[in-house]
Amino acid sequence: MADLSFPLLTCAAALPAVGAVATAALPAARRTAAKWVALLFSVATFALALVIAFRFDPGAKGPFQLTESHAWIADFGVRYELGVDGIAVALIALTALLIPFVILAGWHDADPLEEARPNRRWRPTQGFFALILAVEAMVILSFEATDVFLFYLFFEAMLIPMYFLIGGFGDGASGADEGEAAARRASAAVKFLLYNLAGGLIMLAAVIGLYAVTADQLGTGTFSLQQIVEARASGHLTLGTGTERLLFLGFFFAFAVKAPLWPLHTWLPGAMGEATSPVAVLITAVVDKVGTFAMLRFCLQLFPEASSWATPAILVLALISILYGALLAVAQRDIKRLIAYASISHFGFIILGIFAMTSQGQGGATLYMVNHGISTAALMLVAGFLISRRGSRLIADYGGVQKAAPLLAGTFLIGGLATLSLPGLAPFVSEFLVLVGTFSRYPVIGVIATAGIVLAALYVLVLYQRTMTGPPKDEVRALPDLRVRELVVVGPLIALLLFLGVYPKPLTDLVNPAVDHTLSVVDKQDPKPEVRVDAVPGHQRAGHPAHHHDAEAAK
Amino acid sequence: MNPVTDVHTLWTTAAEVPGRIPAPHIEYAQISPTLIVFGAAIVGVLIEAFLPRRNRYTAQLLLSVVALAAAFAAVIGLAAGGFATTKAHLAAMGALAVDGPALFLQGTILLVSLVAVFTFAERRLDPAAHGKRVDSFAAQAAAVPGGAAEQAAVKAGFATTEVFPILLFAVGGMLIFPAANDLLTLFVALEVFSLPLYILCALARRKRLLSQEAALKYFLLGAFSSAFLLFGIALLYGYAGTVTYAGIAEVVADGAKQIDPALAGTMGNDALLLIGGALALMGLLFKVGAVPFHMWTPDVYQGAPTPVTGFMAAATKVAAFGALLRLLYVVLPGMRWDWRPVMWGVAIVTMLGGAIVAITQSDIKRLLAYSSIAHAGFILAGVLATTRDGISSVLFYLAAYSFVTLGAFAVVTLVRDAGGEATQLSKWAGLGRRSPLVAAVFAVFLLAFAGIPLTSGFAGKFAVFKAAAQSGAGWLVVIGVLSSAIAAFFYIRVIVLMFFHEPKADGPTVAVPSPLTTTAIAIGVVVTLVLGLAPQYFLDLAGQAGTFVR
Repeated sequence: MADLSFPLLTCAAALPAVGAVATAALPAARRTAAKWVALLFSVATFALALVIAFRFDPGAKGPFQLTESHAWIADFGVRYELGVDGIAVALIALTALLIPFVILAGWHDADPLEEARPNRRWRPTQGFFALILAVEAMVILSFEATDVFLFYLFFEAMLIPMYFLIGGFGDGASGADEGEAAARRASAAVKFLLYNLAGGLIMLAAVIGLYAVTADQLGTGTFSLQQIVEARASGHLTLGTGTERLLFLGFFFAFAVKAPLWPLHTWLPGAMGEATSPVAVLITAVVDKVGTFAMLRFCLQLFPEASSWATPAILVLALISILYGALLAVAQRDIKRLIAYASISHFGFIILGIFAMTSQGQGGATLYMVNHGISTAALMLVAGFLISRRGSRLIADYGGVQKAAPLLAGTFLIGGLATLSLPGLAPFVSEFLVLVGTFSRYPVIGVIATAGIVLAALYVLVLYQRTMTGPPKDEVRALPDLRVRELVVVGPLIALLLFLGVYPKPLTDLVNPAVDHTLSVVDKQDPKPEVRVDAVPGHQRAGHPAHHHDAEAAK
Repeated sequence: MNPVTDVHTLWTTAAEVPGRIPAPHIEYAQISPTLIVFGAAIVGVLIEAFLPRRNRYTAQLLLSVVALAAAFAAVIGLAAGGFATTKAHLAAMGALAVDGPALFLQGTILLVSLVAVFTFAERRLDPAAHGKRVDSFAAQAAAVPGGAAEQAAVKAGFATTEVFPILLFAVGGMLIFPAANDLLTLFVALEVFSLPLYILCALARRKRLLSQEAALKYFLLGAFSSAFLLFGIALLYGYAGTVTYAGIAEVVADGAKQIDPALAGTMGNDALLLIGGALALMGLLFKVGAVPFHMWTPDVYQGAPTPVTGFMAAATKVAAFGALLRLLYVVLPGMRWDWRPVMWGVAIVTMLGGAIVAITQSDIKRLLAYSSIAHAGFILAGVLATTRDGISSVLFYLAAYSFVTLGAFAVVTLVRDAGGEATQLSKWAGLGRRSPLVAAVFAVFLLAFAGIPLTSGFAGKFAVFKAAAQSGAGWLVVIGVLSSAIAAFFYIRVIVLMFFHEPKADGPTVAVPSPLTTTAIAIGVVVTLVLGLAPQYFLDLAGQAGTFVR
């Protein structure tokens, strides 16, 4: 922490933004150059994310590190405030890690069609990679923002490049002619945007409400997370029960749409199914994580009482997500939609872990965000390679691929096994932690959620069996195996899944202090005797947490 | 005695002694922005009369630009001289206010008009007729559409350069409108800017019948609304015995102190106040384009020549909201509890009505018209705050909105096919493929309309909703964000159309504009982004301008 003045966090977000501009500025003929520029910037961003991770000291005091704070819009009480805790560092690292692979995997996804008329001004390739970098910049900034308004700005703004990525680029494998496919893509993109925009605008009302409350009680309105949390702890800021619940619901609604939580999930399968697989990875592994991250950072810390109040309902919704997503995944005929529904199930686990309000649950949920990002990326990208070879997303069009392309089938299997949380692979640790954390407080829900694992095994293995095993179909027989570029994409992801599956300690060390801090703000302790005493003094709950929660559930 | 002096003596004795007539004391320097614009307008008329045809265009354009820039400089000078804050007072015998809101709005109107002049003067978009470059306006306004006289005028290369002085007259009226400090000045200003607008609406070069129909509708409905306003003014006079804002406000607050014998039966009668206030508000809400007084908006926006639509949509809204603010905050604050519920209703139906009806539109100009109605609703939410924050948020919103609007309509003028501007939405399909830059610029404007963060639209929307929420109108804010969500749908639809649809074979082309329109659009984009990314300076400006002088 030698030079605090160096704005490391700003740079981490600015670098991909600069990269986006540089990529977009290249002329139409320099497509390959644009790809390399984009890749270069994404790798540089990853390097910067690593620097952040090493600079970050998990043991240090205070909720946020590497903080930056500048005046911005004084009239709105908005400051340009950045800071990271362990959770944010992990997610920034995940984002910065995945983007180079996304770019590499999508190397040829935005090449103009052969028969397309040459058009000097139409530069889809440059646009594709610039938009990916723009999304990266906004996602990183929203992980870093500790000012609610600043977060909101980028939370909303990232919808626009995402929308163009979903609607503008397809994988040409929908089985329909290009016109119809474009129409379907456009409608998936519009659905994505409208759901998220509606969620965001509801949140805007809550953001404004938050400002009105702080301005009313503190004299000057503020959006600073830390300031609000401190003011609430010291009693300077008191929210009426009704107000707090309304504000919480406004925030949670937006995050639940983004995450997505049943019944607000219906945009996800369409968006992931119609988009190219790198973009689908971007949606589910990167952008959606902002939703679950924001639940941890903003919902819980700003509105602890209301979070406790809403916990039973949210746990039930998360449970429904887990089971419903898994059941629908079993029934899918389209590979990408199957992975989308599997993701809904996994987001159910993440949300379950967050609202179990135990340190294992929340620590597990954070690990889950990272691991789910890596495992879904691996599975989805390999699926994308498969689909691009055959030109079809339907499971029924495949069979016996492992004979033709053993490497592809092998990596697909590992990605799939990670998705079903096989012990030894990274997601197992997190899923286990989430279930243990949930079980220790809500045994019944924990038990029911376990059914999700069984279903996961079903949909993953059936998918593998139908596509990869058995006698090879005629169209499949000549499928080429993974190319070098594709191996470069998949190899490191799988290595990482194995590594974190065996040795998750670096990640847990990073995340746990932040989780403890969050729990202390929410004033929750693990229902076990050996808990740290870090609750706000003056509350009597520590002694009988289980009892307290039974009473709460009964409400 | 010779007969002449005899008559004179009779005349002078019949009247009062000449020395006793109080010469009106006019602070010329303080109302110089208005005077400059009107002066230039009159010079413009003289140019039409005396300069040869071939020189008029250049002379008028130069004159308009210089006049508007000079007037803007005068506004800046007054603001720098402290007239916006400490030295704010009433000029011209109490008829005009020189205060923060007035100067801010006048500055905005002048800048908007300056940009509008650029789009008025554009001559490269329409294909040249008989070797002469033509603009968006009819060759000879008086010629019957499609008639021989029109063809002759086109052949002779006539151009309606009168649009520039007409525009300047409208601008002059708009400068007075938000500064007017008595009801008569308000009414005169309304007419001064409305009549030129009616004429401008009728002057389209193409689709002239549609244009004339629009002008007629605008004129008739405008005349109705003027009548309402005038009737309201009469009733308010009957109630207060005066037409000055401060005088009426005093009677509203403390009751009538000195009863004018001629008005003994009516003064202090609350029924007159309520009816008169409502009628006056109706007149202003018509100009603002609030539901249920919005019926003219889509037809007029569609029929008027697009540069005029842009000017009208931006500048009229600024002027009318300025006048509405002053009326509500200076004249009628004492009866806030009477008008607030009604205006709540108006704001809600305006937001929802504009947003919902816009979804079904198939013409880009009509779509923007309904969007302007929805935006009027959002601005009304800020007006309803009745706080200092409310004023400054409305001022900021107006400045942000007017540049987005001007820019958007300027882009509309570029997209053309054989029949002139291709305003049918279906023709815009695939525009992003043909001209990515133009489509991207239009997308920026649409996103700003939709209030997406990092654009001026978001900052403005946040400001007005914040002011409304702080004044306790939480539910209004919720309805506001819901209608924003509805509104976002149709803005997004246009973006989908431009970027995700295949271009049609017979689709429109994007004309390459002269530097004039390019400048106008560029200014729109820059203002949109700057107000979105770094709004603080302008919020400060609007915040300092947030107090009305009494």
